Formats: sequence, structure tokens, C-alpha cells
Amino acid sequence: MSDIILEARHINKKFHDPVTVQVLTDITFSVNKGEFVSVIGKSGCGKSTLLYILSTMDTDYEGELLIDRDLMTGRTDRELANIRNEKIGFVFQFHYLLNEFTVLRNVMLPGLKLQKYTEQEVEHRAMERLKMLGVDHLANKLAYRISGGEKQRVAIARALINDPHIIMGDEPTGNLDKRNSDVVFNIFKELTEVHNQTLLIVTHDSGFAESSGRIIEMEDGRIIRH
Amino acid sequence: MNTKLIIGIARSLLLARWRQTLVAAIGVTFSIAMFITLLSFMNGLNDLLDGLILNRTPHVRLYNEIKPSLDQPINRAAEFRNSHNFISSIKSGITRQEIYNSGPIMQALRQDARVLGVAPKLTAQVFFNEGTIDITGVINGIDVEEESRLFNFRDYVTAGNALDAKNTANSIILGKGLAEILAADVGDVVQVTTAQGERFPLKVVGYFQSGIQEIDKVQSYASIGTTQKLLGKPANYITDIQVKLHDLETAPAVGKEFAQTFDIDAEDIQTANSQFETGSNIRSLISYSVGVVLLIVAGFGIFNILNMMIYEKMDSIAIMKATGFSGSDVNRIFLVIALSIGVFGGAVGLVFGFLFSVIIDNIPFNTAALPTIKTYPINYSPVFYLIGGTFSVITTYFAGFFPARKASRVDPVEIIRGK
Repeated sequence: MSDIILEARHINKKFHDPVTVQVLTDITFSVNKGEFVSVIGKSGCGKSTLLYILSTMDTDYEGELLIDRDLMTGRTDRELANIRNEKIGFVFQFHYLLNEFTVLRNVMLPGLKLQKYTEQEVEHRAMERLKMLGVDHLANKLAYRISGGEKQRVAIARALINDPHIIMGDEPTGNLDKRNSDVVFNIFKELTEVHNQTLLIVTHDSGFAESSGRIIEMEDGRIIRH
Repeated sequence: MNTKLIIGIARSLLLARWRQTLVAAIGVTFSIAMFITLLSFMNGLNDLLDGLILNRTPHVRLYNEIKPSLDQPINRAAEFRNSHNFISSIKSGITRQEIYNSGPIMQALRQDARVLGVAPKLTAQVFFNEGTIDITGVINGIDVEEESRLFNFRDYVTAGNALDAKNTANSIILGKGLAEILAADVGDVVQVTTAQGERFPLKVVGYFQSGIQEIDKVQSYASIGTTQKLLGKPANYITDIQVKLHDLETAPAVGKEFAQTFDIDAEDIQTANSQFETGSNIRSLISYSVGVVLLIVAGFGIFNILNMMIYEKMDSIAIMKATGFSGSDVNRIFLVIALSIGVFGGAVGLVFGFLFSVIIDNIPFNTAALPTIKTYPINYSPVFYLIGGTFSVITTYFAGFFPARKASRVDPVEIIRGK
């Protein structure tokens, strides 16, 4: 059996406002190292909600979440922030780069926060990742001056800066045209195949999902296929 | 910790919206500058008005008061010691105004470590004769040099030379108002009749202008020797000993002690001029309140701008949190932003406050009442700068506190989902 990176045990989630609605029911699954997992399902089936719980940003749930075999449930805000910083990379549908900073600085920020490497080293690592994603020529541009596809690649570079255990994506191609979607998909594919990177991507693009290694399908807050 | 990173992020956020930052900083600058200017000017004015009286008033005045003796003979009689004695119509006895042993007392005072200086004085009630009209006046016999050193006498002699009163025999320095009534120029001779009925010619060697009309119309100054001659008294006759202390605040206590030691009456400056202190305190209070209000207004400006900035930066805050910045990191970023606006704006404000003070200090201000004043008064006390600086940091800290707390509580899930 290979290394388990992420494990969800009996996760339940309810929304209380305005009326109590059960969004997730008894979610139990695990992700192994190097897997490329897509989570699919109809709108409102709870896949995004699940992703935010798995990413430790949402702490209001029942059940247990383990990342790298460590229990995440019940940790403090600061501990979770450090775990997100070190072990999880994010790619969102909207690129969410910080407009006040250059592309390079955006990629560097989580690395600087981690304080594992010196600033020069972080900068070097950031350039490596930008180069790998083919956007190194944009390094010194301000983040809002580059195109959507480029932004998403920069966001992936940022997600990779601290060599995370797992990269999570919430519809990372949802806001991109076909060509850019393919570019991003190929990057993901390369990351798993060449760098053995674990990926957990929420999408409703079935073509995208079919090409990934494993599909988790959800319906009405339950996993119906994995 | 990652202080450097947090300061770096705060700096980028500030510079990205440098116009807003500038407006907030200018708010602080303006209020601090006004605070400094207002306090410096107000306190300069206070010092001026206090100086008008206080600098010329001895801290402790030793004299013999003419009053009925408290120790009446019947109280000393052994047979009435335990009774209540009612005595009516007590009159003052033959007490002399002269201070006994004035020479040894002054010597003892000069050796006292708390005493800055001692100046003897005697006063003579006289009539100035202007044709057929007699004008009442007072001649103060003073030691010109000591009086100048301790009570700035020379500053108030507007015409002629103060030292001439000492160097020229039978000379007088007239109050400006009095000189005008007598139509006496410097160099003229005025006729004086003493209370004993003797007439003396005195040469006018200068004018004296205190800034207080009532005084200038009545008072005049002569050397101690001249005044003693007027009164027909010997060279050791002195009615007042004026003491200036190193520390004004100790005057009441020291005065009491002197009164006991030398068996004499003593009046301290606080008792004699209590109304001035009250006035100064109230003026200071007003200027401090206005200054603090200015700072609080500036604080609200910063509060508003930071609040707006947080709404604008919701996405950035969310992404920072998603990528591993904790709530307290975000909190510190916004506090650093607020504090740097406060520190920078405050520092510039201090400089501007100083500049405004210098400008006011150079505006001509001539008034007949205040002969020594040529420009508006300013007090450059570093205390105001200290208070202003501290206050700017404190207000901006509080202005940043609530927005920063709000930013730290932003839920990234809500922001990211909300798109």
C-alpha cells in the first residue's frame, strides 16, 4: 500500500443559515501520494464545500481529517495556517494573485512565510517554478498586468513553491478558454507523472476529469463513486 | 518571526494606494503640526503674561507688617492664664516698618543653598510737585544691580540707563505714565515732597515701563541711598527683603521657615499671585483639549481609510490566509500600516509644528504695554513634541486596531466561494 497523503473519515457538514441543511454526509475516502484525483458532481452537490474542509480553511464540520497522517481536526488557526503554508498548495478558479506585487513576489510570498529558505533561495526556487510553467519572462510584471491563462500558471507556481504534499484546485480551469485549459491540464498531468505530485481537483469539466487518474463523483453530499 | 515579510507586505499595500496613504498621513501631519503650534504659542503667551508679574515678583518677601500684637499683656499675666480674656479696641502698637538686623539676615539668606539671590528694598510715599498740583507716588529704593539680575529691572527701563540711578546722586527713574503727567524728560529735575514735609529735587535719569498702566502711573525707582536720604533714615534702614529662590514651587514652605527663623512676616509668590496660576492652567487645559480633539479627528480619518482598504483587499486577505498567513499575521500587517501612517505623518507633523512655531516667533508684535516683546511669544518646550509624537502613535494604533482585527477575522472560504 502506498503512502496516504490525505484521509477523510466520516465527515459530515451542515449549513445552519437560514435553515439547517445537511451538505455532506459521511464522506470517507483517502488520497495516496502521486494520485491525480478529480472530484466531480453537479452544482450544489457539496464538492466545493468538501474541498474547503479538506484544505483546513473550513473547520466547522464533524468527523476527522488527516493530512500526512496528522489529525487536522481541532487545531488552532495558527497551526492550520502553518500547515496550509507548508503542506497544501492552492489553485482557485479566480486566480487571486496579489495585485500590489510582482509575479515573482506573488510566487515567493508563501515561501518567505515558511522561512525554510533564505530570500535568495526562495527567489531562485520561484524562478525555477515560473520557468517550468513557461511564465518566467513575466516575473517582474505586476500581477494584474498579465492575462488570465498566465495568471493561472503563476498561481500554480505559487502553489508549488513550498513543495506541498498535495495541490488542491477549485475549478482551476473553470474560468479559462479551451486552449488555456489544456495548457493548465497538461501542467497538472506533468506534475503527477514527472514530479509525482498529488493533486485533488474539483471540476465540472467531465473531459478534464476523464483524463485524470481517478474520479470521485458526488451527489447530494455523498460520494457515489470513487 | 517573519517581521520583515510582514513589514514588506504592509509597505507594498501602502504604496499601491499611495494617494490614500498620503491623505491619511496628511491628516495626522496637520493635526500634530497644529497641536505643536497651538501649544507652543499658547504656552509662550502664558509665559509672557506670567512673566509680566511673576518675573518681577520676589518668590518670598520678608517685611514687618503693621498689625496689633497677638500677644497682649493680659495673656501673659499668670493669674488670667486659664480664663477667656476679652479685649476690645486693640490698636497697632508702635511697630516699625524697618527690618531689624537687615544686614545679618541678608547675609544668612545669601548663604542659604535654596536662595538664588536677595535684593533689599524700601519704599517711600511721596508727592511729586508739578506746579501747584501734588501727585501721589511711591519711590522704591532698590539695589539696581541685584534688581536687574533677579527681577529683570533693566529690561523695563525704556529710556535712559538703569545704572545711572545708582551712579548719579539724587536721581530717579520715573514710571512712564508718571513722567507723562509730570511732563518730565530724561535729564529734567522733578520736585518731591516726602511724608515728613521735606522737599527734594531729584534728577530724572530714565523711564520705567512695566506694561501695567496702574503701576507706571504711580511707581518710580531710586537707589537705596537716595531713598534713605529722602526719608531721613540711616544706611541700614530697609523695609523689605526680596528673596528669589532656585525653585519657585518651594516658596510657601521656605517663606514659613524664614518667618520663623528671623521672626518676621513673609509672603510667598503663590499667595500673592494665585490668580495667575489659575489663568495659566485653564489656558493650557484649553489648548491641550483642542490638540487632542484634532488628533482624534485624524484618528478617525485613518480608521476610515483602513476600513476602506480592508474592503478593497478582501480578496488579497483571503488568498494570504489560504496560502498560510494566520489571522494574527494579517492583523499585524494592518497594524503596521496604521502605525507607519502615524509615525511618518506624526514625524512630518512635528517638523511642520516647529516650522510654524518659528514663523510665529518671527511675526512682529509691538505693543506699548510690553516694551521687551518684539515678536509673538513661543515656548519651544520639547515636552509638547514628546506628547504630540506619543499621541500620534497611540491614536493611529487605536485607529488601526479595529480594522486590523476585522481583517484578521475575514473568513477566506466566504470570500473565495462568494465569487
